[in-house]
Amino acid sequence: MNSHAILRFLQDYAVLVMIVVLMIALSMLSDSFLTPRNLINILNQNAPLAIMAAAMTLVIIAGGFDLSVGSIFAMGAVTSAWIALNVDPYLGLFVAPVVGLLLGTVNGVVITTLKVHSFLATIATSLIFKGIAIVLSDGRLIPVRMDEFTWLGRDRIGGVFIAVWVMIAFAVALTFVLNKTAFGRKVFSVGGNEEAAILSGIRTNRIKIATFALAGLAAGLASAIAVSRISMGQASAGTGMELQAIAAVILGGTSIYGGVGAVWRSVAGVLLLALINNGFNILNADPFYRDLTTGLVILAAIGISAAGKR
Amino acid sequence: MSNNVANAPAIRAKDIGVSFSGVSVLRGVTLDILPGEVHGLVGENGAGKSTLGKVLGGYYHASQGELEVFGHRATGWDPHTALNHGVAIMHQELQLVPALTVAQNVFMGIEDHRWGVLRSTEAQRLDKLMKTSGFSLDPHAVVADLPIADQQKIEILRALARDARVIVMDEPTSSLSKGEVDQLHDAMRKLRQEGRTVIYVSHFLDDIIAVTDRVTVLRDGEHVATMHTRDIGKPDLVAAMLGGGKTETQFPAKTPPEVGNIVLEARSIQSKNGTRDASLRIAKGEIVGLIGLVGSGRTEIARAIIGADAATGGELLLEGQPYRDRDLRASTERGVVMVPEDRRKEGLVMTMPVRANMSLPHLRHLSRYGVVNSRAEKKRATELIDYFQVRPAILDGDVSNYSGGNQQKVLIGKWLMENPKLVILDEPSRGVDVGARERIHEAICDLAASGTSILLISSEIDEVLGLAHRAYLVDRGRTVGEVDPAENDEASVLAALFRHQGSNLPEIAHE
Repeated sequence: MNSHAILRFLQDYAVLVMIVVLMIALSMLSDSFLTPRNLINILNQNAPLAIMAAAMTLVIIAGGFDLSVGSIFAMGAVTSAWIALNVDPYLGLFVAPVVGLLLGTVNGVVITTLKVHSFLATIATSLIFKGIAIVLSDGRLIPVRMDEFTWLGRDRIGGVFIAVWVMIAFAVALTFVLNKTAFGRKVFSVGGNEEAAILSGIRTNRIKIATFALAGLAAGLASAIAVSRISMGQASAGTGMELQAIAAVILGGTSIYGGVGAVWRSVAGVLLLALINNGFNILNADPFYRDLTTGLVILAAIGISAAGKR
Repeated sequence: MSNNVANAPAIRAKDIGVSFSGVSVLRGVTLDILPGEVHGLVGENGAGKSTLGKVLGGYYHASQGELEVFGHRATGWDPHTALNHGVAIMHQELQLVPALTVAQNVFMGIEDHRWGVLRSTEAQRLDKLMKTSGFSLDPHAVVADLPIADQQKIEILRALARDARVIVMDEPTSSLSKGEVDQLHDAMRKLRQEGRTVIYVSHFLDDIIAVTDRVTVLRDGEHVATMHTRDIGKPDLVAAMLGGGKTETQFPAKTPPEVGNIVLEARSIQSKNGTRDASLRIAKGEIVGLIGLVGSGRTEIARAIIGADAATGGELLLEGQPYRDRDLRASTERGVVMVPEDRRKEGLVMTMPVRANMSLPHLRHLSRYGVVNSRAEKKRATELIDYFQVRPAILDGDVSNYSGGNQQKVLIGKWLMENPKLVILDEPSRGVDVGARERIHEAICDLAASGTSILLISSEIDEVLGLAHRAYLVDRGRTVGEVDPAENDEASVLAALFRHQGSNLPEIAHE
């Protein structure tokens, strides 16, 4: 009985437990860890990934997968930098989320009209989007050194980076959407039992398209923040971020079978991955072991959550 | 036959009992099945004939009693052990790999190999097997391309390749044409000639009489009689299936409907789902039943009415107005809803709590600017939980942990949330405990008394007769007659159904 309750707790809060353990360990091992500067930097650096993971949560709850968000990020980076440079910097920042929304909608429409698994469809669209980004940028870097463009990634409000505020607002908004709106309910029902959702009169295809559109929007928004921060757009931006986002969602305990999950879990997953990275930096540990460690932590987290389900 | 009677039985079942999550479905079944006989298992829907077949084949575990197979005490009986002792089972849904060839399917798991590398002897082995058994199939044909009758032969060959001496066939003819049924019966006779035993589970009494040597009748999970087929006819079987002193369940009193006020009328509706010609009328406050045997297409007719499957012909009138281009959303909007039969697959989202399950079809009305009005939602859900006495009575309870009866109450409640005009109930009391069943019956009669029309589908004929004001008989996607529950009993209804079953239908090509 007792051990069962502990397992249930671990399954639900494995990611938080691991964050706490890691934070305690890092505070003891290094004086430079538990400083406001370091913690705010961690949040700032990971705001784009956290935004993407938050939206990926909805895709996965609805029973899908999106492997193209890294490429949408690249498209967002290239278009926003080009427009900022050639048209208007503010428009450049605005256009990235719009491009993301459009490409995400394309994903959703492709998946539902061709009736293919989202995993396969987004592998293909990922290559297509990346390819377009390379062609548009001619394979070159697009530098944008203008204060009207870089404020989003570099300025602060109340001592905290604007990017972090954006990330918090986005995560809170998605949490609200998921838990308080009719759309959120439908997302859960599509992933939980699509047949029952259809028989309940829910147009499940529309719901799926909307989740992919949101994931695209998030990738575009994330790219605007990232490009603004480094004042440079390029087609190789965002490579591998799709897998990091999915890893963070799963690390948080959202079920890959759909129907169950929460946005805060995925943000916590991003934070856990970030702490591992940060630990390597401030401890001056051999970076060759970073991937190995991250992989082991992910394995441990999903192992705990699987054990809780028994 | 007669020379085999002296032999020890192939299967000896002693006092077999089976229960699923506390509900007993088989009790004290004692039965000998002889080598070299075709033995029929018959009974009403839910009498336990398939369950018994699956116990023999090792798919279900008997919670009590003993099973002896060719003199061996069967312990730890599972499909694998059963097969090792010569008992194979052929399921209603065939268990073949469609992309593989006939030969590959027949020898699956018993491939001829040396250190894991296949030897190309399959075609020869199959040839030999087919010569001795008398079946002929192209070894290289891909299974997906073959008609169902041929696929069944593959299942039989597969059993023979493992030297099965007893083959249990569970409702093998339900998707076969008349010609294919004859082929299967020939196959059974061949098996009998070789001294093998066939256990033939079916609700087609004509088929049972045509081919079996003996037949065992089950009723309400109990063994009623085992008879020599040559001594009996169809009426004897029907009588045994129904029994005399059937325990009468109490049903709530019926309130007379507003006969003149027709809520829904279907005129010869057809659909690709198998509905060929269904016509029915339901008045305000009327409970109308659909009675048919398993596979007769009752659910499909309901799906065609509600728009879950597209209709291809006929006309539907809702309160006198034609209702075309039906779909589920439009039907819900018009107050026509259907409670599906399969709670787990089609009914509830097990990952969502009770309240969210109930409100799922009604979110549009329960939300403003897309935000769910949780006060209204909670209020309505609480009312329904109280009304149905759902236990545990928790608004956000984890429905996947609820008992079948309470899940069913949540499911019915889900569809009553917006006070519909017409509710289609498909097997509303399947797999629920007695208490929940009574509560559901009361609710059905309450609803009708308050003016809601009900279309009731149930495999339990007495349930329909006990609750409905009128009932239609359904056979192969058609409504074939109407019965008055006041003037009919289970026997006369069943007799009528079997009469229709015997009549020929213009053949429809199988896809």
